[in-house]
Amino acid sequence: MARMKQSKNAKELNSFMQKKKGIYSWDRMMPIILATIAGISVLTTIGIVVILITESAGFFQAVSITEFLFGTQWTPLFADPKFGVLPLIMGTFMITLVASIVALPIGFGSAIYLSEYAPRKVRNFIKPILEILAGIPTIVYGFFALTFITPIIKMVIPQTDLFNALSAGIVVGIMIIPMISSLSEDAMNAVPSSLRNAAYAMGSTKLEVALKVVVPASFSGIIASFVLGLSRAIGETMIVTLAAGALPNMDFDFLKSIQTMTAYIVTTSQGDTAYGSVEYRTIYAVGITLFVITLIMNILAGYISRKFREEYE
Amino acid sequence: MSIVQIKDLDLYYGDFHALRNVSMNINEKSITAFIGPSGCGKSTLLRTLNRMNDMIDSVKISGAVSINDTNIYNPTVNVELLRKEIGMVFQQPNPFPKSIFENVAYGPKIHGIRNKKQLDEIVETSLRGAALWDEVKDDLKKSAYGLSGGQQQRLCIARALAINPKILLMDEPTSALDPISTLKIEELIQELKGDYTIIIVTHNMQQAARVSDQTAFFLNGEVIEFSDTSKLFSNPNEKKTEDYITGRFG
Repeated sequence: MARMKQSKNAKELNSFMQKKKGIYSWDRMMPIILATIAGISVLTTIGIVVILITESAGFFQAVSITEFLFGTQWTPLFADPKFGVLPLIMGTFMITLVASIVALPIGFGSAIYLSEYAPRKVRNFIKPILEILAGIPTIVYGFFALTFITPIIKMVIPQTDLFNALSAGIVVGIMIIPMISSLSEDAMNAVPSSLRNAAYAMGSTKLEVALKVVVPASFSGIIASFVLGLSRAIGETMIVTLAAGALPNMDFDFLKSIQTMTAYIVTTSQGDTAYGSVEYRTIYAVGITLFVITLIMNILAGYISRKFREEYE
Repeated sequence: MSIVQIKDLDLYYGDFHALRNVSMNINEKSITAFIGPSGCGKSTLLRTLNRMNDMIDSVKISGAVSINDTNIYNPTVNVELLRKEIGMVFQQPNPFPKSIFENVAYGPKIHGIRNKKQLDEIVETSLRGAALWDEVKDDLKKSAYGLSGGQQQRLCIARALAINPKILLMDEPTSALDPISTLKIEELIQELKGDYTIIIVTHNMQQAARVSDQTAFFLNGEVIEFSDTSKLFSNPNEKKTEDYITGRFG
């Protein structure tokens, strides 16, 4: 009797295993399903690149690449249009410059404070606040620039334009502080405490431990956070559209209106340019320029962090 | 000549009484071993000697620890300078993620030595002192992480020697190493005795018996017995010591 029961169990187990291993079993389907899901993001990226290339190809049939890359005037909507992208690149560069002057020291400094100096309680209080700061919609930052920072700048320097690069750049910087500080802090926190102990035991001060042991050991993570932050500054749209103006120029004057690549794309895509016209295609030409710049930044960052890496594993 | 004098030392982690009324004198240029079961306070005592326990928030200490006739818990003592006098080697080899050269040069550099030639000299002397020079002299620029575990631990000893300490604290320095590497470290400890006062915490009683001149046996935060190693292992005064070294508990 017992034996029969056993063989019945064995049979059930067998058929269960067969189901489990059959052609249409979950075990076989799962990799396919997951690969499809993962493939979606890859396909999206490819799609974006294809659209950028095909649409801007139309643009470059009408305008020479030399004129686009080296022209110093950007007036595509004027009666006598000029298609030199440099003023827009200059605008983006100015915003990124101001933003990095604001965000890199503050983000890096606060990461060192949080990781090496702050008592646990303080750290547990500040980190969530930083993360909330990272979740504020950029349009809010844009109005913050326009209605709070700009008036302060105008109080100090009265001849400042209402829309100016400085105010927008500062606020873009404020926006990326949490990203830089939070990611850098994660990298520093991942450095094993045995390394800190070794340094302390040799008579290092806190600052020496932070700067000579922890920062070198987490250097690649810190650089990665800088690059991510700067890429966001380059791609930031709402703040610059609201607060930096719409006047592409090469003056390199932070108190005047400028226009960035992203702001140009926004304002033009909202306007009444005809689909398929050269003016319309400028959007894609500027878009692919932006894409190439961020791509170069990422490659550069990968190179820098590999070169200076001090691995601890 | 005693270099370390510990008197009536009590230490608490929060409410936990980790060291109870510890008093002992440690002789200069000798090897002292701390033995005892896990959690008995031997590592804690080691870490009070270079004030590494300061980094734990809940620590409360009373009593006196004097090194070279200075009470190291006096508020005027500069902890960084104190630690320069006391090298420490940890349980797990913990070289910095830097080159072999930079690992050894780290200590001298933070204590103000910039001269390249002088640094070269210190690095060579320290690596020779740690019996590692011949194995790494052609690879000084390579990462310390390419070394084997035993080599890494000797590198850590070299790094500690480079700041020219008087005392060397070793917290179970061989517990993560294979027998051959352990043997090398033990031989090295014997060689270093001529120049340094060495205090070694070990789980391994044979190791204590092999390398040390004096041994302290700890139990539940108390020093049960502290005497010459040969006496403690052959003819202990205390019943508890005898039970421990004969393997009846621990």
